[in-house]
Amino acid sequence: MGRYVFKLPDVGEGTAEAEIVAWHVKIGDTIEEDQNLVDVMTDKATVEMTSPVSGKVISLHGEPGQMAAVGSALVELEVEGAGNAAGNGKAAPAPKPAPIPKEKKNSLAPGGGEGWGEGASAPTHSEPPKSLQQSPPHPSPLPLRGRGSEDVKRTFGDKPLASPAVRQRARDLGIELQYVPGSGPAGRIGHADLDTYMQSGGTAARPGQAKRDGIEEVKVIGLRRKIAEKMQESKRRIPHYAYIDEVDMTELEELRAHLNKTKRADQPKLNVLPFLIRALVRVLPDYPQINVRFDDEAGVVHRYAAVHVGIATQTANGLIVPVVRHAEARDVWDLANEIARLAQLTREGKASRDDLSGSTITITSLGALGGLATTPVINHPEVAIIGPNAIIDRPVVKNGQIVVRKMMNLSSSFDHRVVDGFDAAEFIQRVKAMLEHPATLFME
Amino acid sequence: MAEPIKTKVLVLGGGPGGYVAAIRAGQLGLDTTLVEADRLGGTCLIRGCIPSKAIIHVAGQFEAMAKPRHGISLTMQPAINFAETVKWKETVVDKLNNGVATLLKRAKVRVVKGWGTFSDGKTCHVKTKDGEIAITAEHVILAAGSIPVELPFLPFGGNVISSTEALSLAEVPKRLVVVGAGYIGLELGIAFRKLGAEVTVVEALDRILPLYDAQLVEPVRKWLQKNGVTVHLGAKAKGLEDGNLVVETKDGETLKLAADKILVTVGRKPNTEGWGLENMAVDMDGRFVKVDDRCATSMKNVWAIGDLVGEPMLEHKAAKQGDMVAEIIAGQKRKFDPAAVPAVCFTEPEIVSAGMLPTPETAKDNSIITATFPFAANGRALSMEAGDDGGFVRILARASDHRVLGIQAVGAHVSELSNEFSLALEMGAVLEDIAGTIHVHPTLGEAFHEAALRALGHAIHI
Repeated sequence: MGRYVFKLPDVGEGTAEAEIVAWHVKIGDTIEEDQNLVDVMTDKATVEMTSPVSGKVISLHGEPGQMAAVGSALVELEVEGAGNAAGNGKAAPAPKPAPIPKEKKNSLAPGGGEGWGEGASAPTHSEPPKSLQQSPPHPSPLPLRGRGSEDVKRTFGDKPLASPAVRQRARDLGIELQYVPGSGPAGRIGHADLDTYMQSGGTAARPGQAKRDGIEEVKVIGLRRKIAEKMQESKRRIPHYAYIDEVDMTELEELRAHLNKTKRADQPKLNVLPFLIRALVRVLPDYPQINVRFDDEAGVVHRYAAVHVGIATQTANGLIVPVVRHAEARDVWDLANEIARLAQLTREGKASRDDLSGSTITITSLGALGGLATTPVINHPEVAIIGPNAIIDRPVVKNGQIVVRKMMNLSSSFDHRVVDGFDAAEFIQRVKAMLEHPATLFME
Repeated sequence: MAEPIKTKVLVLGGGPGGYVAAIRAGQLGLDTTLVEADRLGGTCLIRGCIPSKAIIHVAGQFEAMAKPRHGISLTMQPAINFAETVKWKETVVDKLNNGVATLLKRAKVRVVKGWGTFSDGKTCHVKTKDGEIAITAEHVILAAGSIPVELPFLPFGGNVISSTEALSLAEVPKRLVVVGAGYIGLELGIAFRKLGAEVTVVEALDRILPLYDAQLVEPVRKWLQKNGVTVHLGAKAKGLEDGNLVVETKDGETLKLAADKILVTVGRKPNTEGWGLENMAVDMDGRFVKVDDRCATSMKNVWAIGDLVGEPMLEHKAAKQGDMVAEIIAGQKRKFDPAAVPAVCFTEPEIVSAGMLPTPETAKDNSIITATFPFAANGRALSMEAGDDGGFVRILARASDHRVLGIQAVGAHVSELSNEFSLALEMGAVLEDIAGTIHVHPTLGEAFHEAALRALGHAIHI
């Protein structure tokens, strides 16, 4: 009978000590090879330590919660044959770690930049376990297919041994090779080992599930900061009241298609916006509390006779709101031209200050991305914003029949401090009625 | 001012790092532009590896003829017309240079000939013969290479030459002094010795080829001694005086070495000046451009490869990095993590090293097995007069699991063994893998097999 001392192996790069979390054996236990001895925790992971040998536990070192230094004795076992302790010359097998940490707080990534193949020469952290250093000095009669093909696992801290193709495949799969048990000589990892590891549910088994690392810092500056400030200001100051209703756009869409088909060559193509603006300028005179700029510092609402419509416009750098001035004095063609002109100037970054300020109400349309409904943020110091959503063919009940109509939701937000919910709802209903009966848009 | 170019990938430098990166990027379907002021091929093809190997080849042939043996006799002594040698060398260079141009074209790489200067990380202004072209790129690969180090008290010019000029001399110098006994100086010094020059080597350190251990270098030292090459170790070149090189020896004496040419080969330095690197806001690591293991610099989408990013300054390292960066740009996951970057010295005899080298510490370390097998016991070496130069193959392996850690060889023609050595290291071979591989008889490679057997304790032929 011999005595075998199990020492805390190097459980990860740069780890000098580990905390004992829980013992799984007690003195007097008879244990099998590979049985779990103890869980230890580093700042990176909790690792199960399994016994490299079978035997009987004769002593344990350390209590749960205590720190154990790498290389210090953890367990002493009584084993068959010669152990590894007390002047006994025979080499003992290297300790076997359970390959997959139970809990990964941090990536135990293989340290980049270290030369491969310099494993044993690296004087830093990968000192081979003492049991190896006690192996008899060369030359002893070494078997041709001896230790190389035995079930020798990699020692902790070693770079995993694998061919370039295996290394690349692991990288593509997002697998860190140091967790993969190698079945080849010297613990070499082959393709089959990778397959086994993946089947056994190794981390990040398939492409697309690979972990991604890294955080990119993006400074909020320039236009983005402006947008952030404005949005914050608006949401902080204004109690938003959202209202959404659906509009039957079938007739308006027919009219629009007709106009686009029969328009003169010099006239612009019409989208929905000019008609919506047209509806707003017809209805707004009856709701003077909505077409305003609200100086909430002074407590004064400036009601505007003119309707200056802000058009929320997406640019490469972010959201900008150019303004169609005096929309009440423009017909749909003129409106379409003006919207196109402003959109282009804005996207090219050439819009003037005048083009970008003074709106009294804003429209925010996502076009084809319109979605079902939105809760737009009011363009402070205005008090209302209108967001048309996508036009979709939907079955609706009309005169007792189910018919397919072109339906569009109209989302809106109002400043509830100065616009009552009742008035806002009535306002939207008036706009809806005009859009559903497009002839009324053009009747004085 | 020509039409500005917008490109996905801009490669600065048409050397083996840059042109490989460009070809690979082209293969991957990336819109790629390569900027090079000189001929395509870089130091390696134009004024380094390839031309020096051509000169070394001719020197070997001349030496063999000058000492006819084994039944060969010549009716008159051979003569060398070095201008003809240089001309032949140029044909080799031209062939490769044209080959690179063809490969780039086939990969649909746009080549812009002219001196490029960066004004910021993604914009390069190239002075071409048709005027300046501005190139903006999404990705920039810096592959500006390296240049010979000049000694301030021995500036290049006149009879003081770098390796570049040495490869294009009009005639073999009568007396050649080589300052610096690294591999470049010794390769050329030995070649010119074979061509009949009187060669003296001055080295500031106390040994030749200081990157390698004494055992590995010994056969080269013996060749120099046997062939009358004087080597001053621990000696410092001080400057020129009446065309003589003034040297302070190890013992503090002052020597004046008469020389027709003084070849200064004290190393190479990254080529970091004159092309706007300072405008690019990339971090440096000493003299080198700082990169991570993906060759990414501190600036997003600016990459750097080859001699610009660190030692070893070798063609095959640059090419591998170039290939890798192109694949990374194309969206693949790559990392530069070779098991070994092997190196070869084309001295007499040749030296190969891959992976770990022995040190005084490893010699005492029981956890490492070291085994050598001499070419004197290799039939093929003997049959080609390569068995008596003291050459050998050496393996370092770990005692516990027989993992091969490093492989070296010294001997005639051993350069061709380098790739088997690298393959063994890359595949993670253990000694039993090499011992279990049948090696062809009769070849020099059998010495590798025998060295592995010897490490396992049962070599056959020794």
